[in-house]
Amino acid sequence: MVLPSPLRSLAKVDGELAIDVPGAVTTRSVLDAVEAGYPMLKGTIRDQVTQERRAFVRFFACELDLSHESPDAALPEAVAAGREPLLVVGAMAGG
Amino acid sequence: MSSVRVLVGTRKGAFVLTSDGKRAKWEVSGPHFPGWEIYHMKGSPLNPDRIYTSQSSGWFGQLIQRSDDGGKTFAPMDNKFTYDGVPGTHMWYDGTPHPWEFKRVWHLEPSLTESEVVYAGIEDAAIFKSADGGGSWAELSGLRKHGSGPQWQPGAGGMCLHTIVQDPADPQRLFIAISAAGAFRTDDGGVTWKPINKGLRSAQIPDQDAEVGHCVHRIAMHPSRPNTLFMQKHWDVMRSDDAGENWHEVSGNLPTDFGFPIDVHAHEPETIYVVPITSDAQHFPPDGKLRVYRSRTGGNEWEALTNGLPQKDCYVNILRDAMAVDSLDSCGVYFGTTGGQVYASPDGGDHWAAIVRDLPAVLSVEVQTFQ
Repeated sequence: MVLPSPLRSLAKVDGELAIDVPGAVTTRSVLDAVEAGYPMLKGTIRDQVTQERRAFVRFFACELDLSHESPDAALPEAVAAGREPLLVVGAMAGG
Repeated sequence: MSSVRVLVGTRKGAFVLTSDGKRAKWEVSGPHFPGWEIYHMKGSPLNPDRIYTSQSSGWFGQLIQRSDDGGKTFAPMDNKFTYDGVPGTHMWYDGTPHPWEFKRVWHLEPSLTESEVVYAGIEDAAIFKSADGGGSWAELSGLRKHGSGPQWQPGAGGMCLHTIVQDPADPQRLFIAISAAGAFRTDDGGVTWKPINKGLRSAQIPDQDAEVGHCVHRIAMHPSRPNTLFMQKHWDVMRSDDAGENWHEVSGNLPTDFGFPIDVHAHEPETIYVVPITSDAQHFPPDGKLRVYRSRTGGNEWEALTNGLPQKDCYVNILRDAMAVDSLDSCGVYFGTTGGQVYASPDGGDHWAAIVRDLPAVLSVEVQTFQ
């Protein structure tokens, strides 16, 4: 996964995050694993109560916009295999 | 040796300004949390190294940061603000019911008496309490559920709970203010609340005796006189001498009684400060002259303080949480502008100077005094 710069600073990480995801690799399972490892990110990518993606956050991978896919849909095989990152991007309108 | 620390929240980060007691030379550190909106920073009166920060962004939501070393380092705290029970609805701008939705934390108020207690005022309006230094938050839902909540309506800046004042003589008593619902008081630590808006008059609502609906911008209190409150309302500067039971106007000879902040001199309980703003449509000082107005009589009689402030072509605004005082022998007064200047007066308002300029728009200013 690649986080946007403000969240990399918050989580004190550089570059890509390599995440071990048990079971099916979906947006939900990836975020569950990321938030478990980096609890300061809770609430910044998705709402803590509803689990819905924040309005001005986008999910891209393999040149696809996955923002509006079900959080339980399987991510592309290249992401699951670790060859391509899941990009968390701040939308143009958010700043 | 005495010193002061000024905590400045801006639209794009936090800044910490420090000076010795002369308040002539300033060091600026920051931006902390660059790129994030810092609606408020405030230090604990019991432990000045403990500083709470409200950090938010349109992209990534709300964070709460806490420093335990006077602002050198910060750590993220719990940022889960969940309304108690089914939130229900308040009134939307068009008069229709609208669900309560958390948007951001406007104000953080550390307790005067309990070192791990801190209160948070949020949008959509509610008050939360943490008893573990920000480690977890719980709503004091008696406020939102006291009965008038469905009639609360947002002001132009959102439906925000922006003011929290604790009574130093009775820590169970809290005063809060909401735009645009009005002022409320609890006498039991936040379990039950009552509106305290008698005497307020607002042309923007049809019933002048309405229990709620007034757009209170800020309330200030001198700690030696906790029953006396001063209020800057949307329009009108108001005063209460019975803990908010009744209010009367003290706008007096102000050039305009619209404005946002109001504050009280640290050693003179009848000396108060406001910054008149032209109108609700024109959020800048009248005639392009930035003037703080001081009353030494608790209102009604006001004098313009201009020495060191720009007296032409100045069209900034001063937001509600962007004024504070220090408690050195010669009381310092501070305010920040949407143009990115922070002005300070080391002599109660007689002389002013910019202690930093060209910051992002200033959202809040708080001061810590070290004797």
